[in-house]
Amino acid sequence: MSIEFLVASAIGVLTMAGIYLCLRGRTFPVVLGLAMLSYAINLFLFAIGRLVLNRPPLYEKGLTEYTDPLPQALVLTAIVISFGMTALAVVLALRNFLETGTDQVDGVVEADPPRPDPEARP
Amino acid sequence: MHLVLLMLLPFIGALLTSVAGRAHRNMLAGIACTPALVGLLLLALLAPSVLGGQAVQFRADWVPALGLDISVRVDALGWLFAALILGIGLLIVIYARFYLPANEPMGRFLALLLLFQGAMLGISLSGNLLLLLIFWELTSLSSFLLIGFRNDKAEGRQGARMALAVTGGGGLALIAGLLLIGQIAGSFELADILASGDAIRTSPLYPVALVLFLLGCFTKSAQFPFHFWLPHAMAAPTPVSAYLHSATMVKAGVFLLARFWPVLAGTDLWFYLVSTTGLVTMVMGAAIALFRHDLKAILAYSTVSHLGLLTMLFGFGTPAAAMVGVFHLLNHALFKAALFMNAGIVDHETGTRDIRLLGGVAGLMPITATLGVIAAASMAGLPPFGGFLSKEMMLEETAHIVWAGQNWAVPLLAVIGATLSVAYSLRYIFHLYLGQRPASYPANPHDPPLGLWVPSAVLVALTVLVGLFPRTLTFDLIAPAAAVVTGGTAPPFKPALWHGLSPALGMSVLAVIIGATLLRRHGLLQRGWDAVRLPDARRLFESTVEWMVRCADTITRTIHNGSLQRQLVLLFIVAIILGAVGAWTGGYTPGTRATIAAPPVAVVAWLLLLAAVAAVVKVQRQRFLTLIYISVIGLIVSLAFVYLSAPDLALTQISVEIVTILLLLLALNLLPKIPARVSSNGRRLRDGMIGLAGGTATGLAAWAVMTRAPNDPISAYHWTNSYAHGGGTNVVNVTLVDFRAFDTFGEIIVLGIAALTIFALLQPATRGVSGRRLREWVADLPRSPERHPMMFAVAARLLLPLATMIGLYIFLRGHNMPGGGFIAGLVVSIAMLMQYMASGFEWADQRRQIDEHLLIGLGVIIAALTGLGSLFFHAPLFTSSFGYFTLPLIGTFELATAMFFDVGVAMTVIGAVMLALAELSHVAQRVQKEPDDDEGPMDIDPATLREAEA
Repeated sequence: MSIEFLVASAIGVLTMAGIYLCLRGRTFPVVLGLAMLSYAINLFLFAIGRLVLNRPPLYEKGLTEYTDPLPQALVLTAIVISFGMTALAVVLALRNFLETGTDQVDGVVEADPPRPDPEARP
Repeated sequence: MHLVLLMLLPFIGALLTSVAGRAHRNMLAGIACTPALVGLLLLALLAPSVLGGQAVQFRADWVPALGLDISVRVDALGWLFAALILGIGLLIVIYARFYLPANEPMGRFLALLLLFQGAMLGISLSGNLLLLLIFWELTSLSSFLLIGFRNDKAEGRQGARMALAVTGGGGLALIAGLLLIGQIAGSFELADILASGDAIRTSPLYPVALVLFLLGCFTKSAQFPFHFWLPHAMAAPTPVSAYLHSATMVKAGVFLLARFWPVLAGTDLWFYLVSTTGLVTMVMGAAIALFRHDLKAILAYSTVSHLGLLTMLFGFGTPAAAMVGVFHLLNHALFKAALFMNAGIVDHETGTRDIRLLGGVAGLMPITATLGVIAAASMAGLPPFGGFLSKEMMLEETAHIVWAGQNWAVPLLAVIGATLSVAYSLRYIFHLYLGQRPASYPANPHDPPLGLWVPSAVLVALTVLVGLFPRTLTFDLIAPAAAVVTGGTAPPFKPALWHGLSPALGMSVLAVIIGATLLRRHGLLQRGWDAVRLPDARRLFESTVEWMVRCADTITRTIHNGSLQRQLVLLFIVAIILGAVGAWTGGYTPGTRATIAAPPVAVVAWLLLLAAVAAVVKVQRQRFLTLIYISVIGLIVSLAFVYLSAPDLALTQISVEIVTILLLLLALNLLPKIPARVSSNGRRLRDGMIGLAGGTATGLAAWAVMTRAPNDPISAYHWTNSYAHGGGTNVVNVTLVDFRAFDTFGEIIVLGIAALTIFALLQPATRGVSGRRLREWVADLPRSPERHPMMFAVAARLLLPLATMIGLYIFLRGHNMPGGGFIAGLVVSIAMLMQYMASGFEWADQRRQIDEHLLIGLGVIIAALTGLGSLFFHAPLFTSSFGYFTLPLIGTFELATAMFFDVGVAMTVIGAVMLALAELSHVAQRVQKEPDDDEGPMDIDPATLREAEA
């Protein structure tokens, strides 16, 4: 088994779980799904620079073998931004729950508990 | 350069009038007159060379990559049109000053009028197609605002909307058409295009380009079947109608026909499309005009008819006809603007525009009547006025036109059009000014003040003079303009009242006699007309619009039915299909790059990751549990980054992980913990299949990438120049703060916006429905009796200086070693969040020194200033500079301006993270606050304990 296979399969599994969770009917799993997709996408972007062991992108004169620093820089900001996105999604979910009393996002309105009708005759 | 000034004058005027908005009306009108006066002066200065047959041009690059230049070109045709726009514009401003009632916002009106004037001037003087398109769109927009000027009236709004929909839609077609023409010619410069007529006419794209081009012209110039917007645009105040719908905007389409005549005309397609449309429009417009009762509607349909006439003349494709077209363009502008102003005066003085309620006005308003009668006579084509000359020449031209092998069709229809034109013009004279006076008028009519009638008098005087001395007055104007249109192939321009006994004279006389007869029988004809129910264009338009809105609504509701799942399913499926199609057509083969053998530890970590993912999916309804599993995933991803030579990423991932888990914990506190299932098994199976497909696709894609050797990555540049030009050895950090600092700048702004949005979402959550829900909320989990444990509080307190120190260290070394602003910001935020966790929101919040909003704002500003600073050294934005300094004890160290940028990054990160989490805990704390809860740093305070013992 190669490292490349491990990473590629991990990206695949994370994406799969991310998609599955994003398609759940409540907000919290959707947030988890987004987090999973973020892991997968960040890993994928990182992998574009190819996998290299023990060659951190620290410049030394004359060094010709190095890992690609550019995807790392992109992924670094992407990680921070995905935190911002997750936070926003969570808070949106929370506010939505507080406003509507339901955390469902499947478009089905949870029935309000039936109210007693004061004028109903026995 | 004064050419650019000429083009910009009205816009400057528009700016001034809108700024001076509430000044006195005379003052405003004075400002609004100035651009036209100065512009006419500039035109007069240009006249000798331009009318001598030269084209004066100015050109400066704007967006050279797109072929878009600031290119002003004044030739005789543009000069004539510009002079009309400015001259009539000047008269209209004066007229409007006296026409608009005092309670209407004069400043806004004049500003819009000038905006429109500028747009029209731009069309006439643009030397670049793209520039012309910009002005073309601007005429649509500004006329929309002008037609809807009385936006409190429904008909004003409807008319404006209809005009915008039709002319704006045509504008889209025109954009496509002109882009195609530019594509064929290989340039967007008008001069180049005018020189490549043959290439364009023989191009296979010619028919498409022509049809699109004509759609633009016909909608703007109200040609059948797009004519219906013009009468509804009459909801505009009369000065607008007089300006837009007589002399300028509706002529823009005709102007373009003339402008591109040398390039596009001369083919059969052009002849049949343009001349037929013009002919139909001419006859139909004239017929409808005869049976309208509103003075402005009569004039509007008459305009439609005359525009048809002009279109027809340019459509014939013969140089002589095009020359007559240019001549009639001038004549029509003169008498039609005068007539609109005239109708406005009648409306203003009598209080009605309904011709049935009027009659015999001549006795009450002799000046107005004289002007109106002369202008209408010119419209009818009666001698000795300007209209007669061009109409006679038009009839002369039609006599030679053979349409589909028939030589009688065009002359016959032209005579019918002319006859109807005589009839409605005479009706304007007889039913309005002569004839029987009704018992009373809504108002008490008399001649208006000087300011109202003088502008139209100027135009009427011109139309008379043109009629009397055509050669002297118009030869130097029309001949060069016609030469521009026809490339000098037109026969000599010989306007004269008497051409001898020609067929045209016969047709003219015939038209007058029949026209007068029609008017005598008008009552009868009107009844016949009313009995025929013609389709109402407006209703058709409205129902089409409604139908389209309904369609859009249905589509929106189908996709957007309130279910996030449906949208995401569509998104995922489309993405998977696109990927599959790509793999199918491109073929999927893994690469041959040597792979790295995985040590057992890596396999174990991989298995752990898979197990954690499976666990999250399995127990996703037990939400606290999922947090533990998901943090395992985060941890393994961080470790993977360490292992795969990405220490910066590992540091970032691990700190973000902590913050994210804290955030989810806080949110989960208020969300349902173990909710009921909502998806059916079928649904879960379906989603699983989609997930499987998506996961397989991304996995395979990742595999394909990683097993191929990189192909000359751009990062080689970053690697080589990191130390030499960025002054740092940590290439990732140098990339962030130097090479791609502008990206990073954008990212911190996004982060700041996200945090502020969170604040905005949570701040009002304590009010309204959600506030009530929060107050009624009961803790649904068992709680530890020790809310602020002493061990935790003390440890957190100790941690704060240490973590801050580490943050500082990570920050400082970031340029050369793993670290930097992002990571330092996250580490410091975590240390501070610990205080909130250990001692509660209230306690920590009271001891907070800096406002998070300020931190975000300052961070962005510092980063921006650092970036802007490089401009002062004539370096590109975000260029960094660095130097080495030596201090005793510390030794030599490096200082880079990029460090200031990184300070900004760190501040924004701290501010954003703190704001998001603090606000969340603030809401949670609102709920849990109990009356006897005095917030100390810990539940059992050793200090108070000792006091109690003592």
